[in-house]
Amino acid sequence: MDGLLWLIPAFPLTGFLLNGTLGRRVGKSWVNVIAIGSVALSLLWVLKTLAGLWPLDAAHIERYFVWIESDILTVPVELAVDRLSAVMLLVVTGVGLLIHIYSIGYMAHEGGYYRFFAFLNLFMFFMLLLVLANNFLLMFVGWEGVGLCSYLLIGFYLLRRSATTAGNKAFIVNRIGDFGFSLGMFLMVVQFGSLEFSRVFAAAQAMPIEHEFGILSLIALLLFLGATGKSAQIPLYVWLPDAMEGPTPVSALIHAATMVTAGVYMVARAAPLYLQAPIVLEIVAVVGLATAFLAASIGLAQTDIKKVFAYSTVSQLGYMMLGLGVGAFAAGIFHIVTHAFFKALLFLGAGSVIHALAGEQDLRRMGGLRAHLPLTFATLLCAALAISGIPPFAGFFSKDEILLAAHHHAAWMYWLGVVTAAMTAFYVFRALFLAFFGSYRGDPHVHPHESPPTMAVPLLILAFLSAVGGFLPVPRFLEPVFGPAGGEHASGLVVVSVGAGVAGLLLAYAFYVARPEWRDVVVSRLGALYRLVYNKYYVDELYAALFVRPVVEGSRAVLWRGMDVAVVDGVVNGIGSQARELGSLLRWMQSGNIRSYATWVLVGAVALVVTLGLVGGAP
Amino acid sequence: MNGVPLAWYLTLSVILFSLGAAGFLIRRSLLTMLMCVELMLNAVNLSFVAFAYRLQQVDGHIFAFFVMVIAAAEAAVGLAIVLALFRYRAAVEADEVGMLRL
Repeated sequence: MDGLLWLIPAFPLTGFLLNGTLGRRVGKSWVNVIAIGSVALSLLWVLKTLAGLWPLDAAHIERYFVWIESDILTVPVELAVDRLSAVMLLVVTGVGLLIHIYSIGYMAHEGGYYRFFAFLNLFMFFMLLLVLANNFLLMFVGWEGVGLCSYLLIGFYLLRRSATTAGNKAFIVNRIGDFGFSLGMFLMVVQFGSLEFSRVFAAAQAMPIEHEFGILSLIALLLFLGATGKSAQIPLYVWLPDAMEGPTPVSALIHAATMVTAGVYMVARAAPLYLQAPIVLEIVAVVGLATAFLAASIGLAQTDIKKVFAYSTVSQLGYMMLGLGVGAFAAGIFHIVTHAFFKALLFLGAGSVIHALAGEQDLRRMGGLRAHLPLTFATLLCAALAISGIPPFAGFFSKDEILLAAHHHAAWMYWLGVVTAAMTAFYVFRALFLAFFGSYRGDPHVHPHESPPTMAVPLLILAFLSAVGGFLPVPRFLEPVFGPAGGEHASGLVVVSVGAGVAGLLLAYAFYVARPEWRDVVVSRLGALYRLVYNKYYVDELYAALFVRPVVEGSRAVLWRGMDVAVVDGVVNGIGSQARELGSLLRWMQSGNIRSYATWVLVGAVALVVTLGLVGGAP
Repeated sequence: MNGVPLAWYLTLSVILFSLGAAGFLIRRSLLTMLMCVELMLNAVNLSFVAFAYRLQQVDGHIFAFFVMVIAAAEAAVGLAIVLALFRYRAAVEADEVGMLRL
């Protein structure tokens, strides 16, 4: 079977190759045309493909060639579209295109312009490959590729040490997750002899549901370890807040809208496998809920606007995982979609603020920006309402579905989710009030200005999507993939969760606009707790003490001084010095005096003749 | 075979060769050393020709011609080197040229 599905990732790859090789020479306008054009073509091709395949009841698979062939394993290169990947394709290319356009304005004054867009295109390629892959190995290629691009783009300001460190951190932490993913794949090869989705899932479904921890549970758990790395869940979430060192469009595209949802997508894709392992599904739910709760509480006290939104992303990803864990796969994917809209918007809005303030990110040095940035404020308000779950904005619908499913599963999960929702509303409106209300507290020499149209238009489109995106019938659309969404709408629960969002909003209003003195009272009352949250529960310090320092010190003592210096260098240097010793022994023969050489020749010749005579070589 | 016996030729050849070799080893002037080389080559030529005459074979003559040609070429190259060395160093002493040695 052949087709043109491969064109979808091929467009951004071409863009990357063109910009990567020629971008330095052709100037900014051509870089823009190539980068945005390639993504736009990709989006158009997605639309055309989906229109051609409508209504896409079954997966459309295209096989191109066999990549790996051996006795135990055959891996073809196949791309597939079903309804699940269709949703992801639209989100990735659609939001990706908007963020590319936004980047024109945002990156206008930055060095390495072509490099930025080349990496962004490369990211799009790998992300689309990840989404379209029809087996785990090809998915893993995309998975690693987006990780690479994430690393490159976090460290984009490569002269800033904190940026390169954050890039390393993201890469290394993800490595732990990828290790789990690889082990999961190895087990699949051993157990099922295949990595193709359809075969693996069919084989898994043929096995009985594991109520005790077994091989399927182990595979699912290892895959989930990969997902905790990529989708920033406990215990591997620590890289995402640091990833905010990258340019803001990168934070929006990679670290909010698309790449970090790859873990959620992967778990959803492997839903048949997870459904056979209810224990792991329970773990997914608990980890997701814990992540959502903890990250939201950290977000309450952060002062860097991007850090607030980063913890918010971690928290929302936790919601998605919670949705998957309680069996509401469609709701989880729905939340990916709405989250892509409002979180991309939050980041782009934050980028607009940062841009207007010439790089200021500290909320304490903002304030009163409502008058200067009316458009940014209005769009950010849409995003904030959406993430707080206020109807009829987008976040309400998806979050509500997840919470309902959680309630169906276990009541305590629902209540913890509601508390998290209240905290979500609080921290996001806290950021909003700090930035846009009150009086300006920043550098008096900076004059805030509204962003250029290339930045404003994506903001407006995303604001529109954040407002009405909830009406997209994503869960119903996904029914052929995940089965019918079982969940009666209990209006009482809806009122509670919306009430929690409103309560968080009002509390933020009270603390940061109406009654600032309350805030000080609360902070002083909760001194220890506040410090704990402000310092992010000291998780980074804990990891540093438990893992980073032992590894670094151990590497220094054993691997560097013991192995590298003593053994490897020792062997090489030893051979070298032995050769020199030998050379200095032979050196006295090489006098440089012609007559001494001639003497050697004569001696040699005489010795040869004498030897031949003695041996009797001459007749 | 009549006339001078072969051993005489060979003895002369050995004497000439030894003179050349000793001269090559002892003398310092490059020009003299080149002359000594010629002497050694001609000593060898002498024994070649003597053997050729004795054995009534043409091989020895051919070898002698080859040696002459090579000697001529060697003299040309050697003298050119000596000349260049003289220009560069104002010396024709073998001990003066040890530049390639560390």
